[in-house]
Amino acid sequence: MTEPLQVGSTVVFEQQHLEELLRALVARGYEVLGPTLREGAIVYDRLTSTQDLPAGWTDEQAGGKYRLKRREDGAFFGYVVGPHSWKKFLYPPIQRLWQATRNGKGVRILPEERKAPPKYAFIGVRACELHAIAVQDKVFLEGQFVDPNYKLRREGLFLVAVNCVQAGGNCFCASMSTGPKATSGYDLALTELVQDGQHRFLAEVGTAHGAEVLSAVPLQQAENADKQLAERLLEQTARRMGRKLDTRGIKELLYRNYEHPQWDAVTERCLSCANCTMVCPTCFCSTVEDVTDLTGAHPERRRRWDSCFTVDFSYIHGGSVRATPRSRYRQWMTHKLATWIDQFGVSGCVGCGRCITWCPVGIDITAEAEVIRASDTVKAPTQPEQGFA
Amino acid sequence: MIHTLGPILREHPFFHGMEEQYIQLIAGCSLNVRFNAGDAIFHEGDPADHFYLIRAGLVSVQFVVPHRGLTTIMTVGSGEVLGWSWLFPPYRWHFDARAQQPTHGLAFDGKCLRGKCDEDHDLGYEIYKRFTQVITERLESTRLQLLDLYGNHA
Amino acid sequence: MLEQPEVVTAGLISDPMLPTPYRIQRVKQETDDTFTLELLPEDSDRGFFFAPGQFNMLYVFGVGEVPISISSDPDDAPLLKHTTRVVGTVTKAMRQLKRGDTIGIRGPFGTHWPVEEAAGRDVVIVAGGIGLAPLRPALYQLMADREKYRKIVLLYGTRTPEDMLYRQELERWRGKFDLEIQVTVDRAASTWRGNVGVVTTMIPRAPFDPSNTLAMICGPEVMMRFTVMELLKRGAAPERTFLSAERNMKCGIGFCGHCQYGPTFICKDGPVFTYARIASILGRSEV
Repeated sequence: MTEPLQVGSTVVFEQQHLEELLRALVARGYEVLGPTLREGAIVYDRLTSTQDLPAGWTDEQAGGKYRLKRREDGAFFGYVVGPHSWKKFLYPPIQRLWQATRNGKGVRILPEERKAPPKYAFIGVRACELHAIAVQDKVFLEGQFVDPNYKLRREGLFLVAVNCVQAGGNCFCASMSTGPKATSGYDLALTELVQDGQHRFLAEVGTAHGAEVLSAVPLQQAENADKQLAERLLEQTARRMGRKLDTRGIKELLYRNYEHPQWDAVTERCLSCANCTMVCPTCFCSTVEDVTDLTGAHPERRRRWDSCFTVDFSYIHGGSVRATPRSRYRQWMTHKLATWIDQFGVSGCVGCGRCITWCPVGIDITAEAEVIRASDTVKAPTQPEQGFA
Repeated sequence: MIHTLGPILREHPFFHGMEEQYIQLIAGCSLNVRFNAGDAIFHEGDPADHFYLIRAGLVSVQFVVPHRGLTTIMTVGSGEVLGWSWLFPPYRWHFDARAQQPTHGLAFDGKCLRGKCDEDHDLGYEIYKRFTQVITERLESTRLQLLDLYGNHA
Repeated sequence: MLEQPEVVTAGLISDPMLPTPYRIQRVKQETDDTFTLELLPEDSDRGFFFAPGQFNMLYVFGVGEVPISISSDPDDAPLLKHTTRVVGTVTKAMRQLKRGDTIGIRGPFGTHWPVEEAAGRDVVIVAGGIGLAPLRPALYQLMADREKYRKIVLLYGTRTPEDMLYRQELERWRGKFDLEIQVTVDRAASTWRGNVGVVTTMIPRAPFDPSNTLAMICGPEVMMRFTVMELLKRGAAPERTFLSAERNMKCGIGFCGHCQYGPTFICKDGPVFTYARIASILGRSEV
């Protein structure tokens, strides 16, 4: 490689050099996280080397179904997304906010020291997941208040995206315009090319930092043939999506249909188990726990993931506003696809399909939306309903 | 004949839109009344042959409830209409009414008006239309009172 | 985008999830289930600035945290007063606190009553039950610059005469300022010589000009809905009619998601809303 790398450069490296990329990150003080096989699923966890990647595995997903299957080509990233999303690192499920000590009548609060925040490198971030991270950035960084924990983790983050060259059974990123190609928000984007006995990575540089790290790896020029192959694979993936969602006017559609009978139909099936909110990469609801030891002298406050599906999520003055499962399913879906747009300017859904895979009864958000659209009980007015700015 | 109480009726929202001849007719069945604070205006069971337009003061609608004494369930104030029992048989009051403050207003001869409504259904329509509205408004307020919104229902 | 009240916050907090210790100066029993805490910051150099209608998150150490509207005079800050009912674990524990105890404060959060917007207009304030507490700071501000406003009318409804808040203060205001106060109760013994009936019955004849009025309403949701109905019947403008809504909150800063009310977060888009903004979700079941 003679040309210096810069933002926008596209190069190629052989699959065995993926290991050097990981080592370069470790050498720069990153904790490397990525997909690994555990308990019958591909989850995100620490990677010590490329041996930890689920090479030669793929996943089969359907409503309420997830199975791993072997694949012949030894691809490192030949699957889509599993039950984990990257939010578990940027926005941990349990986070201590502060501790306090009580002496006599006084209380002293000790904020969590912001010692060197963890420097994470995510390997294998899918296009839909890049969008999910951007969506959570809007929640935690771009509102009136900033979450300091999220900010520190996010700032130190190194992102290696991976373009999907196969579509999952529940995927609909094409409908949500969030994939399959990673277009921005990454330091490096890789496309794994396994063909005709060759196994290599096409790498696109997204940032100067990405360029610096990638230059530690033996690189080759990217030929037109490589680039075209990658493009063709991505187009193919886009055409083979497992699901689709018609997003035209979806906000107004759901705002018009708060009393649609489909909410009753889905209630027959929904268990309020909250799996969907746990696996969803954009769901961000939380609660706080105040704990203290037996002396009462060491109170502590923690933030914990929560779900709008719990019965007392909306509890106030002796009752819950959303007392029925019907209202809670409606809240989740309407939030994800409609009110999120009014709140944050983008949809809350990135089309990853996790909620469909991990729902024990296989409820499919795209199917629910389709039923409502097909029997939209009120004809679309020319203006959105009054009251929603 | 132009009745002196005509202008008072005409300016009251209850009589808005009513034809002049009916206003004169009704004015002819009305007279000024005055009550001191604490005066009973009528008692439960009394013949209901009047209704009132309160111009100033405050009137309590009350029930005698064993062990609770005289219980006020609502008050009628300036500008409001009191009493519809004169419209329907047995034409008897269903509650007590008592002036809480020095009160004055107009009393209307319901017995006389009943007869006139029977003769002239257009007049009847105008009267019943207006009273229906008063009754529904009172019913709605009563429903809100029933909800006990400020109660601690935890 | 429909206009909404501007957001005002204190500039002294760096981590918005960290409570500031305040010391209880006084605990006052207002009615049989309602009490007021008077607080001053433990660090006497600490300032506080809030706008009427905003709320704080009050933390009882080791027990929990609840959102409560501020009901003191903004000019008295950093002295804070919070009036609340005992409705659950945290408020029950709060009621057991005494003068000298410490409580944690985070805030102020939320949108505020648009007192400035009322300049040159009639002001109608309709309060139901404990709804007078979040409105009191607005009343203080109105009284502080009385000549800026035309007629000011307060309509206040409670369950019984014994449940009325701030009685002495209301009497004082009634006597001192050109302020029309009408109170009513849902039920009363015969010793009560005042109005009996729901607060909405006082609206048709209240002395204000609906074509130039700003209305502020706070109370139970059903009461607010019917109050708005009566005001609109008289011709009040939906964009100059303001309500204070309520939902449970865990953070108060737009992260926990609990206070969502349709597309709004009550902690940051509210609690004060124009009627125009929430018209289509107000009264919708289980939203």
